[in-house]
Amino acid sequence: MKKQEVPQDNEGMLEDKFRELCYAVNGDGKYVTVHSTGWSPKNAALRQAWEEVLAKADKARQAVLAGEKSVLVYYMELSIMDVRLLSKYTGIPGRKIKRHMKPAVFEKLDRETLELYADAFRISVDEMTDISRIEKKHEEE
Amino acid sequence: MKKNKNDIIIDFKHQQSAHCENGVTSGLLRHHGVNLSEAMVFGLGSGLFFSYMPFYKLNGLPVISFRPYPGMIFNRVCRLLGVQIKRHKFARDPQKAMDTLDETIGRGIPVGCLVGVYHLTYFPTPYRFHFNAHNLIVFGRKNDEYLISDPVMEDTVSLSYKDLKKVRYARGTYPPKGRMYYMTSVPEHYDLRTAILKSINKTSRHMLNIPIPLFGVKGIRYMARRMKKWPEKFGGRKASLYLGQVVRMLEEIGTGGAGFRFIYAAFLQEAAKELDRPELNDCSLEMTEAGDRWREFALIAGRIFKGRSSTEESYHAAAEILLDIAQREERIFNRLKKISKS
Repeated sequence: MKKQEVPQDNEGMLEDKFRELCYAVNGDGKYVTVHSTGWSPKNAALRQAWEEVLAKADKARQAVLAGEKSVLVYYMELSIMDVRLLSKYTGIPGRKIKRHMKPAVFEKLDRETLELYADAFRISVDEMTDISRIEKKHEEE
Repeated sequence: MKKNKNDIIIDFKHQQSAHCENGVTSGLLRHHGVNLSEAMVFGLGSGLFFSYMPFYKLNGLPVISFRPYPGMIFNRVCRLLGVQIKRHKFARDPQKAMDTLDETIGRGIPVGCLVGVYHLTYFPTPYRFHFNAHNLIVFGRKNDEYLISDPVMEDTVSLSYKDLKKVRYARGTYPPKGRMYYMTSVPEHYDLRTAILKSINKTSRHMLNIPIPLFGVKGIRYMARRMKKWPEKFGGRKASLYLGQVVRMLEEIGTGGAGFRFIYAAFLQEAAKELDRPELNDCSLEMTEAGDRWREFALIAGRIFKGRSSTEESYHAAAEILLDIAQREERIFNRLKKISKS
């Protein structure tokens, strides 16, 4: 890759938090480092991975709104966590988590348990339990 | 939560690198007076690799890697140069993990930490998967915020006590378990030339001679052959996710482009100069060409998962590029192996 060919396809994937360092050759054929703001095929691959996550989350969202599942299931999909991983993060045994996936059981959870979940999902308890927040489909930010 | 402790600021010079483990290794070495570039560290650590393990899945997708197991680069470089290191792991004791970190930076030693990126607050959200092999350097603490040199970032960042503890105890595949490491003594003299030749020999052997067809150039061929069958075997959606996985690993943050091929080519240029072996410049040139082919592959793949090309044919074309790459890399490493022995 030549220095001037280093892609600058900024599609917001790095959220302008930094530019990546790439290696490319200059006019004399010597390697130099060049900043890149992104590359289209790579951005597409990343977007595709998230689309898959969001599609699963949306299915869960509909189940939550239909009253079939608790909101836990939705946030698990959105956080790419299975029962095993959520159990590791919260310390709550898997069989309990499975029970908490039922709306009736979830509604009765104490604050402490809710906090463990919300913390794992990187949101607050109020955000997590506010169902109106998920009435609209989650869009990529 | 620790409070009322005095600030600690180690005079550590942050330098951005493409890859985190290279960056941590060269950063810590630099701090101890050994100036080696990222490319040199990567080469010495035999960082270039390929593996395709379709039976081992992560989030339902096969594990594809362009680098060796996390920690290998750091270990190999230190061993080759005779750097003494100290490693800690605290499987069940986050408090002790943080105390030991405090104590070590308190002694003025910058510390490498293994972390997960899912809870890494300063990292861009689209990249925050459950990936647990990220490395950063802690070089102090100020107003209860830890001073962090994250090699992939342009500038230094900071993390609160709580957030640092969280990323050091990320869960899932390959949990970091509070792992931390630092250099205890660095030799005044080391034989860089021998180290370079040894490392080239090792990389060549890994790319050519592992007797399991999942690794090195054999692994690339194996993936290429399977790839031709992906659309038929998995259907369009899943096949395209598989392809996306290859591109993400190839170009993930830190490869410097084309699955580390360009960084390795940069290393070969430095090696040519250091050893006064111009033929290594030819190898570098060929490695750059191989890297360019990897990027052509990514472009074709990108068109497939953007839905802009007919699939069957494109998978075939993508796989054909991989077969060509395998041939090129086989040639390069055969040549490098000979050079490393003479």
